[in-house]
Amino acid sequence: MTDINTDQAKAERFDWDGAEYSARVNKRKRSELRLKAIGLTAIAAALGMLFLLLSSLISTGYHAFTQTHIKFDVTYDPEFINPDNLARSDYRGLIREVMRENFPEATDDDLRMLSGILSNAAQFKIRDRIVEDPSLLGQTISLNIPVSDPYDQLNKGLINRDTPEQFRRVNDAEIAAFDVLVSRDVVTKPFNWALFTNADSRFPELAGLKGAIVGSFYALLICFALSFPIGIGAAIYLEEFAPRNKVSDLIEVNINNLAAVPSVVFGLLALAVFIGWFGMPRSAPFVGGMTLALMTLPTIIIATRAALKAVPPSIREAALGVGASKQQVVFGHVLPLAMPGILTGTIIGLAQALGETAPLLLIGMNAFITAAPSTPFDSSTALPTQIFIWADSPERGFVSRTSAAILVLLGFLIFMNAIAIFLRNRFERKW
Amino acid sequence: MNMYDTERTEAALDVKNLKISATGVNVHYGQNHALKDVSVQIQDNTVTAFIGPSGCGKSTFLRCLNRMNDTIDICRVDGEILLDGRDIYDKGVDPVQLRARVGMVFQKPNPFPKSIYENVAYGPKIHGLTRSKSEMDQVVERSLRKAALWNEVKDRLQEPGTALSGGQQQRLCIARAIATSPEVLLMDEPCSALDPIATAQVEELIDELRSSFSVVIVTHSMQQAARVSQKTAFFHLGSLVEYGDTSTIFTNPTDPRTESYITGRIG
Ligand SMILES: Nc1ncnc2c1ncn2[C@@H]1O[C@H](COP(=O)(O)OP(=O)(O)OP(=O)(O)O)[C@@H](O)[C@H]1O
Ligand SMILES: [Mg+2]
Repeated sequence: MTDINTDQAKAERFDWDGAEYSARVNKRKRSELRLKAIGLTAIAAALGMLFLLLSSLISTGYHAFTQTHIKFDVTYDPEFINPDNLARSDYRGLIREVMRENFPEATDDDLRMLSGILSNAAQFKIRDRIVEDPSLLGQTISLNIPVSDPYDQLNKGLINRDTPEQFRRVNDAEIAAFDVLVSRDVVTKPFNWALFTNADSRFPELAGLKGAIVGSFYALLICFALSFPIGIGAAIYLEEFAPRNKVSDLIEVNINNLAAVPSVVFGLLALAVFIGWFGMPRSAPFVGGMTLALMTLPTIIIATRAALKAVPPSIREAALGVGASKQQVVFGHVLPLAMPGILTGTIIGLAQALGETAPLLLIGMNAFITAAPSTPFDSSTALPTQIFIWADSPERGFVSRTSAAILVLLGFLIFMNAIAIFLRNRFERKW
Repeated sequence: MNMYDTERTEAALDVKNLKISATGVNVHYGQNHALKDVSVQIQDNTVTAFIGPSGCGKSTFLRCLNRMNDTIDICRVDGEILLDGRDIYDKGVDPVQLRARVGMVFQKPNPFPKSIYENVAYGPKIHGLTRSKSEMDQVVERSLRKAALWNEVKDRLQEPGTALSGGQQQRLCIARAIATSPEVLLMDEPCSALDPIATAQVEELIDELRSSFSVVIVTHSMQQAARVSQKTAFFHLGSLVEYGDTSTIFTNPTDPRTESYITGRIG
């Protein structure tokens, strides 16, 4: 009797150490290992792509972060300078004179070539100094003057001296003259601040991103000022106050659709409505910002609604339970708790807007504009459209500047996303 | 003393002290008929206990009394619930004001993710019950003392309420509910997360509150119902099976289901 019972009990007991079960364990472990391997491969592939992209950008772009300069002693000789009209004096002649001092045996033809070593901006640089301080007349000062693009390329080793002369952008005489200057230790290669302090220019050595950065900043500011309040307002109404019915369902579907509309369509819309009907100025960051706001709005609405939904209902009940009104619940409890999520979504939306090119091209923000906008209503470019313009330019110097501009744009994007991640971690809550 | 006399005076008192009168209350969650034709009279200055097996509709009925069910889209409440003779589901009644008068402690502790002080001060603040900071400090301290939490938190009032232990959070929610001095306090299993000492303190509080308010408490502890309440309602499968004096329900129930539940045979 007792024996039968024990046998039965034994038969019913599962054998956790048996071959059958250990086979299961091994199978499970193998599948976990496989999954891990697939995941690691995917991450490695993604990192590899990122590395390729960045290394190609940096290897071409880093040249643009320096600019070759030559240090010259410049004498503000009254022969060339008209003290009554400092802005319109013969600065070209002055530069030629500077070159004559440096190369005493040069002919007039040589001097023309030698003047070409210096950037077109040289005369303005010399002019600006004396306009600023008229007492310099007759005096000699030492000036650091940027060289023109071919010599900059030469100095950076981007021009191969072994190429036959007729295929080279600088001929043997020009190289020889430049080498003389190098041997005199007057050629320097400092950080290219002009990249950030100058607006666009026909001359690569002068072209900078200031106009594009300011334009993008204004456009994002307008975009934020419009899409943030409108987006949050719409999301709060839809999520917290709107009755659930066919109409609100329809609105929801449409907002989700809006988020998926290609950006070029928004550009066409802005061109037709803002510029066509309302007669707003072309190329203005203000119009660009409004266009970008159209695209950012659905992103912000969706992110805000998700953040509001994620606030646990028990918090709402708690507030309602002590007699808070719907409005007090939403603005006193739900919205503050949802704010990190809303801000994260907003920043990601703005980062998208910052990189958006197509709609800005359509409203003419790819114009050639050599001054940074002083208000959002002035014509301007934006970072992505500036990249587009430079990528399209034939001058060699713009190749590295295009990469540099992309790096600057990526820098801003990384900065914005870092803020988003910081906000998310900083305000993450446990309920 | 004549026992009939006593009964007559009590009956007269009942009518005068009637606080909440629910008649024919039916609640549907979508297709789910959760409460079936419930009628209960809840008196002032009385502790009423709701008992019954899990899922029988105790919380649902409690939430009808302060219109908390309005917030659930699929929930439909029919029937008549009078508070001081006035239908609380009437169009003219402001549910926000109603909830200030009928406070609630929820089944799951749900402190705001704010400081302990702000948790308690929130109700008085939005209803403008205090005029100065020192007055508010007093209200907060009094409420926390009543909820038997003061000694544990008095040195860290600025710490988040969510950082407290489960039982402390539950008492914080009690303090928050009584800070607004509601006329009726609905407590959904307020002691489910508390140790025996804190439970005893909360029961003391409930007894004290009875002098000024009417208290309705949901509990799964028969002993607690017997200890703190004067009236007991037994719910089963969405119906009110039996309602009467606690002593009668526990010693001499009329319905066989009540008897089996109390003695632990159904649950
Ligand atoms: N928000 C809701 N949505 C849908 N159905 C619900 C909801 N709340 C409760 N119910 C249903 O109503 C019925 C009664 O639930 P209720 O919460 O009132 O039970 P209870 O008596 O409080 O149980 P417990 O003792 O476990 O808390 C259950 O069948 C439940 O499924
Ligand atoms: Mg319940």
